[in-house]
Amino acid sequence: MEVFDIFLLEAVLNGILLGGLLALLSLGLNLIFGVIDVVWICYAEMIMIGMYAVYALHVQQGWPLLAAMAAGIAIVALLGALMHQFIIRPVLSAEPINQLLVTGGVLFFLQAAATLAFGIEFKNLGVKLPPVAIGEMSFSMPRIIAFVVAVAGVAATYLFLTRTYIGTAIRAISQDREIMPLVGVNPGRIFVVTSALGGSLAGLSACLLVLQYDIHPAIGLSFGPITFLICVLGGLGNMLGGLIAAFIFAQFISVGGFVLAIEWGYVIAFVFFIAVMFWRPQGILGGK
Amino acid sequence: MLEVQGLTKRFGGFTAVSEVSFSLTEGEILGLIGPNGSGKSTTFNLIAGLHAPSAGSVRLKGEEIGGLLPASICHRGIARTFQIPRPFRKLSLVENVALAAFYGQLERPSRAKAHQIAGESLNLVGLPIEESVRVDGLGAAGLKKLELARALATQPKILLADESLGGLDHAEMEQAADMLAMIRRERGITIIWVEHIMGVLMRVVDRLIVLDHGEVIAQGKPAEVAHDPKVIEVYLGTDAADVQKTVADRTA
Repeated sequence: MEVFDIFLLEAVLNGILLGGLLALLSLGLNLIFGVIDVVWICYAEMIMIGMYAVYALHVQQGWPLLAAMAAGIAIVALLGALMHQFIIRPVLSAEPINQLLVTGGVLFFLQAAATLAFGIEFKNLGVKLPPVAIGEMSFSMPRIIAFVVAVAGVAATYLFLTRTYIGTAIRAISQDREIMPLVGVNPGRIFVVTSALGGSLAGLSACLLVLQYDIHPAIGLSFGPITFLICVLGGLGNMLGGLIAAFIFAQFISVGGFVLAIEWGYVIAFVFFIAVMFWRPQGILGGK
Repeated sequence: MLEVQGLTKRFGGFTAVSEVSFSLTEGEILGLIGPNGSGKSTTFNLIAGLHAPSAGSVRLKGEEIGGLLPASICHRGIARTFQIPRPFRKLSLVENVALAAFYGQLERPSRAKAHQIAGESLNLVGLPIEESVRVDGLGAAGLKKLELARALATQPKILLADESLGGLDHAEMEQAADMLAMIRRERGITIIWVEHIMGVLMRVVDRLIVLDHGEVIAQGKPAEVAHDPKVIEVYLGTDAADVQKTVADRTA
């Protein structure tokens, strides 16, 4: 009888690597929802724009990869700020369904814009990194990089939110919007900063995903829905809940995919999601 | 230093504040009293910028501030507390107050300076200044103090103190009155104090304004107001004798 299955361990470790990336994906969306109370349905499409930005600057313009990535993060951060200023701000006090439809409109706009600019062919950076072998286990290098950078990104966001005054203001405004101006804070500016921060997290995610996946205009659909499910599973707007949910989800996908078949990993993860929604509709750590 | 002229606020067909006029002299404590729903809190919201006036003007040292955004009014030196304390519950005490110290002035202080101001404000109201103290452990009186500390941290020249909802016992109300008197003494801050229980307030205020249904029905020194027949009729009723006695004790 087999006591220890090395490939099961490999699946668990791969799940942890995937969890770090999913945690980063959910963080930006959760941050924006938690502070501004609007769900950016187009969040994954902003990541797609970031991936194309890195591709265009590195492959087409010949920039060094790291410079292209830094610019990509800045571009999506700016996109986030513009998104708030011109799309969200006018509908801030509108019905939630209207806010949802507006950001849904942006989703289709970004997909169409990317198709016009880059066509529907799959693009990639052409960067090939060798896998890392540990004993009989093998891990993809981009996944390891993605995990390390994602964890660092999450930690940096945490430090920003807890150690700076603007971060404190971001946490405070999610609790009581009306009081903020009375202590001299302009909520509009905090919202723009939050949106830019959410955008920069999308940009960082884009840099990590572009190392692993081909880019095409509909790529948002392959990780957008799962990002939303993770946010809802953890409690929409609850950043800690999102991090926990990301690692749980990743284990279902990775280990489930190993025990049965890759497609089954997602099926099991979604069944788990539905079960949790019956048990705790507000999510694992959701309050409302 | 503050001139309120013909201040009016209508919500649809309902006039919450009607033609209210008064002036505030530097260094005084002005009591603003009236029954529930008489327009006291709305008057505060108009001065602090949470509502835009329907008509009338609010001038701070000659400059019109009516209709400005609350953040600008805060930067000009007017702070407001709420009858029901509204702290940021997920932040520590120090974070609550330091946030106000940092953003409360147009010229942002350094991190260290903001932290120092927060410590001084907490100290003044008698709350702990340790980083780790959370809001959740505070009782009603503690939350009121935190509300005051946060307002003080914005370094106001005028404090709008809304104490109108009781929730405090008699001794705690006395303490609250003493604290406002102390704040004026220590910081030289001019105070408008909203209250609907007249007794305690009479001991501390220099002048009083009485609102009823959004209109000023009386204003003057505590002794004058306590004997005003109109105030006795709509407001004091059978408590008139008690209130008059408080005023008499104070002057004695």
